[in-house]
Amino acid sequence: MALRSLIRHETFLALLLVIVLFVLSQQSDRFFTVGNLLNQGRLMTEVGLIAIAMTFVIATGGIDLSVGSILGLSAILTGVFWQNAGLPLPFAAAGAIAVGTLAGFANGVIITRFRVPPLIATLATLALYRGLAEGISQARSVRGYPEWFYLLGQRDVLGVPTQLWILILAAVVASIILAYTTWGRTVYAVGSNEVASRFSGLAVEKTKLALYTASGFAASVAAVIFVSRVSTTRSDMGSGIELDAITAVVLGGTSIFGGRGTIVGTMIGLCLIQALKNGLSLAGVKGDGTIMLIGAVLILAILASNLFERSGTRT
Amino acid sequence: MTAMVDLPPVRSRTGLQRQGFIRRLFSEYGQEIIVLSAILVLFVVVTLINPRFISANNLTTIFSGNAYIAVAAIGMAMIIVTGHIDVSVGALIGVLATISGTLAVAGYPIWFAWLAPVVVGMAINAVIGILVAYARIPSIVVTLGALSILRGGLISVTGGTWITDLPPDFLIAQKRLLGFPVPLLVMVALTVLAALWMRYTAFGRSLYAIGGNAEAALATGIPIARRTVAVFAIHGAFAGLATILFATQLQVIQSTVPPNLELTVITAAVIGGVSILGGTGTVIGSTLATILFATIGSALIFVNVSAYWLRAVIGLLILATVLADMLRRRGRG
Repeated sequence: MALRSLIRHETFLALLLVIVLFVLSQQSDRFFTVGNLLNQGRLMTEVGLIAIAMTFVIATGGIDLSVGSILGLSAILTGVFWQNAGLPLPFAAAGAIAVGTLAGFANGVIITRFRVPPLIATLATLALYRGLAEGISQARSVRGYPEWFYLLGQRDVLGVPTQLWILILAAVVASIILAYTTWGRTVYAVGSNEVASRFSGLAVEKTKLALYTASGFAASVAAVIFVSRVSTTRSDMGSGIELDAITAVVLGGTSIFGGRGTIVGTMIGLCLIQALKNGLSLAGVKGDGTIMLIGAVLILAILASNLFERSGTRT
Repeated sequence: MTAMVDLPPVRSRTGLQRQGFIRRLFSEYGQEIIVLSAILVLFVVVTLINPRFISANNLTTIFSGNAYIAVAAIGMAMIIVTGHIDVSVGALIGVLATISGTLAVAGYPIWFAWLAPVVVGMAINAVIGILVAYARIPSIVVTLGALSILRGGLISVTGGTWITDLPPDFLIAQKRLLGFPVPLLVMVALTVLAALWMRYTAFGRSLYAIGGNAEAALATGIPIARRTVAVFAIHGAFAGLATILFATQLQVIQSTVPPNLELTVITAAVIGGVSILGGTGTVIGSTLATILFATIGSALIFVNVSAYWLRAVIGLLILATVLADMLRRRGRG
C-alpha cells in the first residue's frame, strides 16, 4: 500500500519532468543540448548534495534549516585556513569540512540530548553559524586559488562535470542505504512513529545524531565545491539554499511529517527545479518569474499528489 | 500533526489554581519573565558601560524601529500556537509595502494606502489557510511555495526599483503621539489587545485547543478548518499592520525586506515562549523577544563589538535561551 503510493508520486513527477523538458526544448534550441544539460548538472550539485542528506532528515520527521549557514561557514574557513593559516589547500578544505561536520553534530546533540525541536534548534544555529562566518571573514573574500583546485568545480572528468560525478555517486549510495539497509529502514520507522520505534529497541537518538552530522558534512562538501566553482569565498554563500533543498525534497514526495520519501524522488524534484530555472531563462523569462513558477509547482505538485492518494496517508 | 502531539512535555495552563500567586505566575509566564529579565539586565549592564545607551534617540531606535517585527510576530505567534508555521511573512511584507507605497504615490487617499496592505494581506493568507485547512497541504510546504511566488512576483513587477516621493502624511511611523513614537504605541496596543483576545475569548482559547490536540478539539465541536483559515487571515492582517509601520519608516520603500525577516519573526515568537509544537505561548512573549533582539543588537554597538560578530552573538543568545527553556521544562516535567 505504502509502496504503491510512493511509486505513484514519483511516476507522476517523472512524467511532469518529461513534459517540462519537452516543452522547454520547444521554447529554445539551446536548451536540449548535451553541453547545456551537463552544465545544469554542474549548477545543481551543491543543492543536490544537501537535498540528499535533507531527504533522510525530513524522512525522520525532522528538518535542518542551518545547512546554508554551514555552507557559508565552511566556505569561509576553506579560504581562511588556506590563506591566513597557511595550510596546504587540501588540508584547508578537509579542515573546513571537519568543522562543518562538527557543526552538524552540534545540531544533532542539541536536538537529541536537549530535546529541542529540530526546527528551532537549526533556526538558532542558522543564525549562529552564519554569524560565525560573518565574524571570521570580516567581509573579506579569499581569491586566487591554485589552478588544480578548479578541477573540482569548473572542469570535466570523462566529459562530465567533476562535481556531477560526486552527486551521482552520493545519490546512488544514499538510495541504497535508505532503501536496503537496516539503518535506512530505521529512518522511516523513526519518521512514522518515534515512540513506537523507541519501544521497539531502535537506536532513535543515535540515528538522528548521525543524520544531522551527515547533513553538516554534505553542506560543507557542497561548500568546497561551491568555492571551486565560483573561485572565491564570501560569508553570504549558500544563504537560502536550505529552502531550495527542502523544496526539492518535498517536491520529490518526501512527507514533511516523516516516514515517507525516496532519494529518486528528491533527484527528480531537483532536476525539475533546475530544468525550469534554466529552460525558462533561455526562453526569455526573467529569473524572478521562474522563482514564482517553482513556488507554484511545489504547491500544485503536492496538491495533485494529495488528490491522487486521498486515503491511507496521515493528515 | 497528530504524531507530534505525544512528544515532549508541554506547559500546562490549567490545574495550577491552588498554587501560590508567584508560583503560578512563573509556571504560566516563565519564558516571558526570563526574556523580560534578560532585557532589564542588558539595559543595566550596557548603561553602566556606556550611559548613552539610554539616550532618547537610542531608545526610539530600539523600541520604535523594531515595532513592525513585533507586530508581525503577534500574528506568527497565533499561527504557531495553532500548530502551523509561516515562512512567507517576510516576502508578504515586501509585497504589501510596495502595494501601499504605490497607492500612496499614485495619489489615492492616505487611509486607502494604509488599508490596502491589511486587506490584501488577509486575502493572500486566507488562500494559504484554505490550502492548509481544506487541501490538507502542510503549512510549511504551502508557505514555502508562497515565499517563492511572493518574492519572485515582487521583483518581477517592480524590477527592483525603489518607491520615492512618498507623501509626508503617509509616513505615520515617523510621527509622535503624546510624545511617544506611533510605532511604539501601536506595538503596545496590539500586543495587549491580542493577548487579551487569545486568553479570554472562546475563539482565542480554541487556537490553543487546536494546537494542543487537534483531534480532541474537533471532538469538542471546534470547527478546525474554518478556524485555521480565520487564523491565517488574522495573521495576514497583522502582517498588513506591520507593513504600514515598516513602509512608513523611511522616505523611500525598497523592493526588498531585511534578509531572513521571516526567520526573525518566527524566532521572536518561539523565544517568547510559543511552543513550536503548538498549544502554548503568548503574544506578550513574542513582543518581549523582539525587544530583546533589538536590545542585543543595539547593545553590541554600544559596547564596541564589531558589527560583523553581531549575528553570531545573537545566534548564541537564541541558542542559550532555547536550551534554558528546554532544561526548565524538563526540570518540571
